[in-house]
Amino acid sequence: MTVMPAPDEAANASSTKTRGGLPPNGSPEDSEPIMRRVKSKLTSRWATAAAVIIATVWTIPTFGLLVSSFRPAAKQVGPRSDGWWNFFGDWQFTFKNYVDVTAAAGSQSANLSQYFANSIAIVIPVTVFVLVLASMAAYIFAWGNFKGREAAFIFVFALQIIPLQMALIPLLTLFTQVLQIPPGSYAQLWIAHTMFGLPLGIFLLHNFISEIPGEVIEAAKVDGAGHTTIFWRIILPLSVPALASLAIFQFLWVWNDLLVALVFSGGTADVAPITQRLAEISGTRGARDYLNPAAAFVSIIVPLAVFFGLQRYFVRGLLSGGLKG
Amino acid sequence: MKNRKYLLPVAATGALALSLTACGPSGGGGGQATGVDCAAYESYGKLDGKTVSVYASIVDTEATSLETTFAPFEECTGATIKYEGSKEFETQIGVRAKAGNAPDIAIFPQPGLLTDQATAGNLKPAPKAVSDLVDKNWSADWKKYGTVDGTFYAAPMLANVKGYIWYAPKTFKDNGWEVPKTWDEMMTLTKKIADDGAMKPWCAGFEAGEATGWPGTDWVEDVVLRAQGPEVYDQWVSHQIPFNDPKIVDAMNKTGEILLNPKYVNGGFGDVRSILTTGYAQAGQPVLDGQCAMHHQASFQAANWPEGTVVAPEGDVWAFMAPPIDASKGKAINGGGEMVGAYKDTPEVQAVLAYMASADFANTRVKLGGAVSANKGLDPANAQSELDKQSIALLQDPDTVFRFDGSDLMPGAVGSNSFWKGIVAWVNGTPAKQVADSVENSWPKS
Amino acid sequence: MEFIGGKFLQVVIALAAFAAIIGLIMLLVDRAPKSAKDKVTIVGFLAPAAILMLVGLVYPALQTSLLAFTDAKGQPNGVDNFVWMFTQPEALATLRNTVIWTVLVPLLATGFGLAYAVFIDKARGERVLKALVFMPMAISFVGAGIIWKLVYDYRGPGIEQTGVINYLRVALGMDPKQFLLDAPENTIFLIIVMVWIQTGFAMVILSAAIKGVPVELVEAARLDGANPWQQFRNVTVPGIRGALVVVLTTITIATLKVFDIVRTMTAGNYDTSVVANEMYTQAFRAGEPGRGAALALILFLLVLPIVVYNARVLRQQREIR
Repeated sequence: MTVMPAPDEAANASSTKTRGGLPPNGSPEDSEPIMRRVKSKLTSRWATAAAVIIATVWTIPTFGLLVSSFRPAAKQVGPRSDGWWNFFGDWQFTFKNYVDVTAAAGSQSANLSQYFANSIAIVIPVTVFVLVLASMAAYIFAWGNFKGREAAFIFVFALQIIPLQMALIPLLTLFTQVLQIPPGSYAQLWIAHTMFGLPLGIFLLHNFISEIPGEVIEAAKVDGAGHTTIFWRIILPLSVPALASLAIFQFLWVWNDLLVALVFSGGTADVAPITQRLAEISGTRGARDYLNPAAAFVSIIVPLAVFFGLQRYFVRGLLSGGLKG
Repeated sequence: MKNRKYLLPVAATGALALSLTACGPSGGGGGQATGVDCAAYESYGKLDGKTVSVYASIVDTEATSLETTFAPFEECTGATIKYEGSKEFETQIGVRAKAGNAPDIAIFPQPGLLTDQATAGNLKPAPKAVSDLVDKNWSADWKKYGTVDGTFYAAPMLANVKGYIWYAPKTFKDNGWEVPKTWDEMMTLTKKIADDGAMKPWCAGFEAGEATGWPGTDWVEDVVLRAQGPEVYDQWVSHQIPFNDPKIVDAMNKTGEILLNPKYVNGGFGDVRSILTTGYAQAGQPVLDGQCAMHHQASFQAANWPEGTVVAPEGDVWAFMAPPIDASKGKAINGGGEMVGAYKDTPEVQAVLAYMASADFANTRVKLGGAVSANKGLDPANAQSELDKQSIALLQDPDTVFRFDGSDLMPGAVGSNSFWKGIVAWVNGTPAKQVADSVENSWPKS
Repeated sequence: MEFIGGKFLQVVIALAAFAAIIGLIMLLVDRAPKSAKDKVTIVGFLAPAAILMLVGLVYPALQTSLLAFTDAKGQPNGVDNFVWMFTQPEALATLRNTVIWTVLVPLLATGFGLAYAVFIDKARGERVLKALVFMPMAISFVGAGIIWKLVYDYRGPGIEQTGVINYLRVALGMDPKQFLLDAPENTIFLIIVMVWIQTGFAMVILSAAIKGVPVELVEAARLDGANPWQQFRNVTVPGIRGALVVVLTTITIATLKVFDIVRTMTAGNYDTSVVANEMYTQAFRAGEPGRGAALALILFLLVLPIVVYNARVLRQQREIR
């Protein structure tokens, strides 16, 4: 049900061009003397080796979980279990955990696709809201001209530290008592997540937008462009890599969230995201905790697909200090 | 709201699907599935179009059973029960109540939490009909756990029996071991098994994420109850004697004779400290493999054995009740259960409360397996397993002195925090006295 | 699939409503009289975010500050919560651990992320290599807890090991180790989990920044005979300084706030607790919201130096421009 990126896409990575009229990154290898090319190949071989080692170390824990998710319950937990690497000796392979996670176990799971749809229905609007509102604010903090701009920006930056947990009760009170937003609707989740995502979004985008060369903006102003034109025609297109990076992070944070969902979703298949369902998969007293590895993999499929899908847009990415030279 | 229109059919199909599963084979073909005799439900009145929200810590398959139990009530009265289960119930119910977004009905797994909500003024006192039902169907002990400052708030729902010691009958038979009848016999057997050296006498696991340590609190409570009797137990739980009273420290040390003895634990997993990193749901499994002889856990352990394990006196695994320590202190058992409290007092909420306190509810739920109730109207014939039958017998026996799980009765700062942490520190090497002192210090000053 | 249709209709309506609001703001800004145009722009662009943050963050923060001076029943109790905070036996360990976390995690995650970003820059299969290290970012903290419990799993000597590290230890002739039980090194083993997650974040951002360093500068350095290390130190690092500050800052704040890893792996036992975990435990499990709020204020104090530092960096940037 999810689209994994075609493997050959990755191989084409080097051919991806940057956007926004920036200079391409390829090095002019043809003009290099042969000796130097050999030398740089050598160093890059060591670098590649180091990279492969790091990548392996980083991947082994997750790989172990992936292997575990295909092993029968008795092999995973309890005294009869053994290490996942034994899988390659005894080949006891089962899809049962995945079937249980997605279809068979429990009342709410028969419609796991509902929770999947909920997660998507929560995360897409939130990502859009945060991106647009944060880039508007970041633009003003970077290029607007008003008294106390810096102080206001630092204040927004400092808001990042406010722990989510402390904001939950006041917000829920506000939503249900004052604004009368019906409980168990997406609206509460959208607004709450957007609120929590804004400070970091503004902080990250501000750093990028403030480094767009002033001349570009001045030139537009001379041509008679207003703020709205500059924002939509210049700032946003130039910020695509930064926006893509923020989009993926915002997507991940909201997708993986459980705390906000617990408070605002109402917990039914109408609204609750997949994390909420998966947190309960092991049963009231944890009797089925061997389902957790499979559940974890079900939930990371979409974020990974999104990462692969968006990766090409942030080849240049956030915060390049490059344009200033 | 625009979206309502689209959500309704979904809810309707969901409810239909649910009632279909509830009625089993009789529901084939089209049209209304009526495998239920609605006569028994007439007293609840007509509640068409009314919705009651229920929030609890019961999830997954156990939640399915609960929803199935609601189904005949929904079908006959026309009410819709919107059930939501969450493993984070204990933290979330407080958040929701404080924010004015409480469910209509909450099923509290801990009387301590119920007390918190009642004293905060969030809960409605139980209607008279429910109170009468509880007088009729439950013992006075049970009613007490739903009563806060003299006002009765919550009827009990399901129950579990703690203090079972699980063993493999075949292992015992092969080795010629007898099920011990006193604590001393049990210790003698423990020593004998350890000396034989074929297996460790005990296995245990206290790991439970943020609740790590709770199975240890059950151990200590069982020993306090058996060594000191129900009176001291009550004083301890209600803080009339301090947590670090010598009687309690003694009980911890008595528990430690088993749990902290490297010769006695932890079969299949390692040393004493491996208790802390072994998940409680799997901790008993070495019993099946002959790696340990005994495992202490409540009746719900029955669901934690691997699929296909036969739980019966002659089966793969069976349990005996932890034997008395001091015969003069009487035969008290420890257990847990849920209390049903309400945040609203509308007629439909009261009808649901009355249904949940009824014998019909208990019988319907128990018939689905994996649960028992202390409801006296429960027909033991409905029990789905030998163990359920035995647990029901214990709960319904008028001679049984029942005490609720102590950590569930203590204030949250102790029962859901420092007591667990204390157990962890204790197994990790801190002396019992020091642990008891620090738990005592954490008891909220009032 | 009717339900899916209903859900996505809600999404479409929400997005349309949002677009309408933004469009209205843009229209107002455009139509504003010349004299007030700048003011209207500033207000129009900032207002939506500002209102949301005031309601969702500032107001709760103020409430929390008041809550910090009340007891479990909501009655004012002066500075009792702060006294409790510094007198409970585990207080010092909790503070010490928090400091260790906030120093080590940003440094290690940024260090690994930077090294990795440099190593894979223009390497073959860069996208796949990136995705592998990024993957932990896509896993929830709870999922990470499950994964690392599996890694640190322990069985007694003589019993077959189930954790990969203990398996290697036994294979090398060492005794298996209870990684999570022995203070103080258990804090390091928990920190490794957070570093494992955050390195992907650092790597993605720093890799992007490295690609923004003008090729001509690197080339020039190379022609001057600079070796790769010198190129890296003298050209790349200054070129990505802004990104480094952002990454370090963001990870530091994330680290201060993280509680899920500690909560799921040790529940704060064995001297591993951190302030954020203590805050969650007190506010939500122990029924002591006042104590939780007091701990939240401490978190706020801990982050102040970072705020001040960033304010200075910001001012320097402005002066350069």
